[in-house]
Amino acid sequence: MKKLLILPLLAFAGLLVFLYQGLFSDPREHKSTLLEHTMPAFTLPDLMDTDRNYTAEVFNGQVTLLNVWGVWCITCAIELPYLTQLQQEGKHIVGLYYDQDIDPDFGVKTVARVQQEVTQKLTQLGNPYAFNIFDVKRDLSLDLGVTGAPETFLIDQQGRIRLHHIGDLNPRVWKNKFAPLYQQLVAEL
Amino acid sequence: MRLSLGILLLALFLSVASMATEDKYQFENEQQRSLFAELSKELRCPKCQNQNLADSDAMIAADLKRKVHELVLAGQDKEQVIAYMKQRYGDFVYYQPPVNSMTIWLWLLPVLFIVIAVLGVVLSRKKVNVSLDDKQLQRAKELLESDK
Repeated sequence: MKKLLILPLLAFAGLLVFLYQGLFSDPREHKSTLLEHTMPAFTLPDLMDTDRNYTAEVFNGQVTLLNVWGVWCITCAIELPYLTQLQQEGKHIVGLYYDQDIDPDFGVKTVARVQQEVTQKLTQLGNPYAFNIFDVKRDLSLDLGVTGAPETFLIDQQGRIRLHHIGDLNPRVWKNKFAPLYQQLVAEL
Repeated sequence: MRLSLGILLLALFLSVASMATEDKYQFENEQQRSLFAELSKELRCPKCQNQNLADSDAMIAADLKRKVHELVLAGQDKEQVIAYMKQRYGDFVYYQPPVNSMTIWLWLLPVLFIVIAVLGVVLSRKKVNVSLDDKQLQRAKELLESDK
C-alpha cells in the first residue's frame, strides 16, 4: 500500500516534464502538409516583366530555394544580405513575391510602383534572386500553406517540396535545417 | 400596438447589424451565408494563433476568408472546404482536432484518471474486522442489559 503513494509523485513528475518542454516549444512550428509533394500547379507572371509567365515546371532540373518575401516585410530585409551570400556561394534562389497594397482589399498600388520599390530594396541590400514570381492574388502562397513572410521552401530537382521553413533564414537555420538535405540533393543531381 | 412597433424596430435593427458584418461577401442564398459564417468561426487563422478567421484582421485570414467564400459559392459543402484548408495548412487550421495516436490521449487521459482515482479510493479503504469471539459477545450483552 505504501508503494502506491509514489504514484501521485510520478504523475506530478511527468506533468512537470511535459509543461517544462512546453516552455521551449514553438507554437508556430507545425509540419507542412505539402512535404514530399510536387509544387502545386500555377501560372504566374515575372515580377519585373509581367508579360512573362512561369509554371511549376520552372523548378525542374535544379535544387531551388523558394523564398517568400515582400518589401513591406521587415524580417525579409534582414535576411536579404544572408540570402545574397548564399546566392554568391552558388545556390539557386527564386523569390515568391506578394504585396498586400496591390490588393483592392487593402489599398491601391500600381505594379510599376511595386517594381520600383523592389528594385530600390534589392539594390540597397543585395539581390539573391534568379527571378521573382509575382503571386498577384496570393493563390500560390495559399496552395503552399504560407502563413506570412519570410518563409523558405527547399525544392528538389523533380520539383518536389522537401523543406518548409517559417521565419527568417540565417546561418544557424541554414546549418541545422537546410545544409544536410541541401548537400544530399545537390549530390543527387 | 406600441409593443409590436418596438419588435419591428428591433428586428429591423438586428437585420441591419447582421448584414453589416457580412456585406463584404455576397451570397446566392441564406444557406451559403450561414455556412460561410460557421466556417469562418471554426477555421483557425494560421498566423495569429488563438483567433478564428472571423476575428482575425491578418492578411492571411482575409485570404482564407476569400477562399472560403469562393469555395462556398462554388457549391462545396463544409467537409470539402475543411479538407481543402487542412490539405494546405494541416490539422492545425481546424479547431476540432482529429482523433489519432497522438491526440487520442486528450480523450483517454481524463477517463484513465477517473478510473485510477476510483480504484485507488476503493482499494485504499481499510477492511474493518467486525468478528467477535464468544467472550466479547457475552460482555457486549451484559453491557446492553445493564444499560436498560
